[in-house]
Amino acid sequence: MEERVKFTYPENGFYGEFGGAFIPELLQPCVEELQHNYLKIMSEPSFLYAFEGLLKDYVGRPTPLYYAQRMSDYYKSHIYLKREDLCHTGAHKVNNTIGQILMAQRLNKKRIIAETGAGQHGVATATVCALVGLECIVYMGEKDIARQAPNVKRMKMLGAEVRPARSGSKTLKDATNEAIRDWINNPEDTHYIIGSVVGPHPYPDMVTRFQSVISQEMKRQLMEKLGNENPTRIIACVGGGSNAAGAYFHYLEREEVELVSVEAAGLGVHSGKTAATSQIGTKGVIHGSMTLLMQTEDGQIVEPHSISAGLDYPGIGPLHAHLISANRAKVVAIEDDHAVKAAYLLAQKEGIIPALETSHALAALDKIELKPDDINVINLSGRGDKDLETFINFEGHE
Amino acid sequence: MNRLQKLFQSKSKDILNIYITAGFPALHDTVSIVKKLDKAGVDIVEIGMPYSDPLADGETIQKSSMRALENGMNLSVLFEQVKEIRKEAEVPIVLMGYFNQLLQYGIERFLMQCESVGVDGLIIPDLPIDIYEMKYKALFDKSKLRLSFLITPQTPADRIKKIDLLSDGFIYMVSVNATTGTERNIDEQYFERIHNMDLNNPRLIGFGIKDRAGYEQANRFANGAIIGSAFIRHVDTFGAEEVATFINSIR
Repeated sequence: MEERVKFTYPENGFYGEFGGAFIPELLQPCVEELQHNYLKIMSEPSFLYAFEGLLKDYVGRPTPLYYAQRMSDYYKSHIYLKREDLCHTGAHKVNNTIGQILMAQRLNKKRIIAETGAGQHGVATATVCALVGLECIVYMGEKDIARQAPNVKRMKMLGAEVRPARSGSKTLKDATNEAIRDWINNPEDTHYIIGSVVGPHPYPDMVTRFQSVISQEMKRQLMEKLGNENPTRIIACVGGGSNAAGAYFHYLEREEVELVSVEAAGLGVHSGKTAATSQIGTKGVIHGSMTLLMQTEDGQIVEPHSISAGLDYPGIGPLHAHLISANRAKVVAIEDDHAVKAAYLLAQKEGIIPALETSHALAALDKIELKPDDINVINLSGRGDKDLETFINFEGHE
Repeated sequence: MNRLQKLFQSKSKDILNIYITAGFPALHDTVSIVKKLDKAGVDIVEIGMPYSDPLADGETIQKSSMRALENGMNLSVLFEQVKEIRKEAEVPIVLMGYFNQLLQYGIERFLMQCESVGVDGLIIPDLPIDIYEMKYKALFDKSKLRLSFLITPQTPADRIKKIDLLSDGFIYMVSVNATTGTERNIDEQYFERIHNMDLNNPRLIGFGIKDRAGYEQANRFANGAIIGSAFIRHVDTFGAEEVATFINSIR
């Protein structure tokens, strides 16, 4: 009998009513080529061998599932951290770029483009391009270039060209627009490595599958530690939602496992300065995908705000829109200052400085009713070196 | 009869379609510019509904769209402007915009408004034929508006045939693989290949066409040409009054 699958895979490119490929005809050949080939390539033994080999020897997988004793004492509940911050380049993003660069090679692409917000995906893309010797161009909002300077320098040292996106809000959304336009202008030799579970089908599914290694390891590690694959809940931050998608993937159909998606509330969900997409967003199309997004009554996309460049995105991956609409995932919104406090707490309780994005997931522990026997897994998606300046300069933390 | 249909029945060559972003350079310039285009003998006016994230557009149209939005342009204002235009001008009007704008306005409501103010056709570049057919065609079929889909140098023949079947305005032949306003070498073999396909719809060539030479080249292979970015740059440089000078430089 076939297993009942409600959430894991898109059908005709759609997760429920979300997803699809709303793209100009100009992009059709590129996207269609991927749609026709991605599953086939991903199941080839030589691809899997290369992918798994690099994840192990280059990225450093499996990443530990760490029991955070002092955090558990503090919250009076069991807290495990899935240490994606220990991946090479400092975040989960590299799981996806390794997969996509191998995909690009098999599609005979010679030129790689990417968008980046916090710079983590840009660094992860520049890294794999250096690894295989392909040209790399990273689009980054002008505003993000200023607030994520260390990552810009890393990309350049890795040999990538960083092109500022100067249109619109000059952040992740605009960097994505510029990358898509670049692809329109260079359809034949270029592969676009999207960094999150956003964009036209098949990207949300492809990126989710590459990131699914996170929950695949989690299952085994929880079984080893606790004799049970299922935690009480998994908590992850969601901008576009790639780390959350990876951390949820193998649990999507296990409805006894609670999924907590943490969005950036910015200065407050209703402050007008927010990135809490699922709460103030409505259904619409962004970057080729039907999903929930922040927009005006006229359908103009609204400029989001978050202290975290990686969550500063007005949309959300269509998988997440589906999970939230179907009440499979629960949403918590965390404000800027709360996220910073949570980063300091983890730093001083466990000696781990988390990325600003991840700090939102940590802060959610304050907003959930935790029971002493609960097993809480937080996907520690990235490390916070890139955010040091923001942490140190933040009001009240001198 | 639909004005586009009427135009194509009476004219099959040298069709000039001029694109202008609604609300650019000033909010209410749309009305005077379209009237002047009509007087100057332009065959079709394509009015761009300015969008915050126009994926298929190059820098010129992006910037004009940003300015139009800052000027306060929105669909309600645009529909009033088209009403105003229709008091004087009978030039076929085609609206070009992104699918999200229709979705938020409500597709049925949008189509009804378009028809009632005198719009003749639509171009929605990010509504691909597959999704259109699967989810939205039934809605659009209720309206008399004419739809035009895009083809590019990379579109395979069987897909072009399907696009031809689903279009009932014209086929928008994108001249090069690029965003709007990009100047690239044109592959005349592509124009010839499409010309020889014997499609049902008239074909207009657009993207990167900026002057008389480009217009004439397009006319050798298709029923006409679409000029957008070059006209916007002209209006931006010389002012919204200077419409006829541009058209006279083209033909």
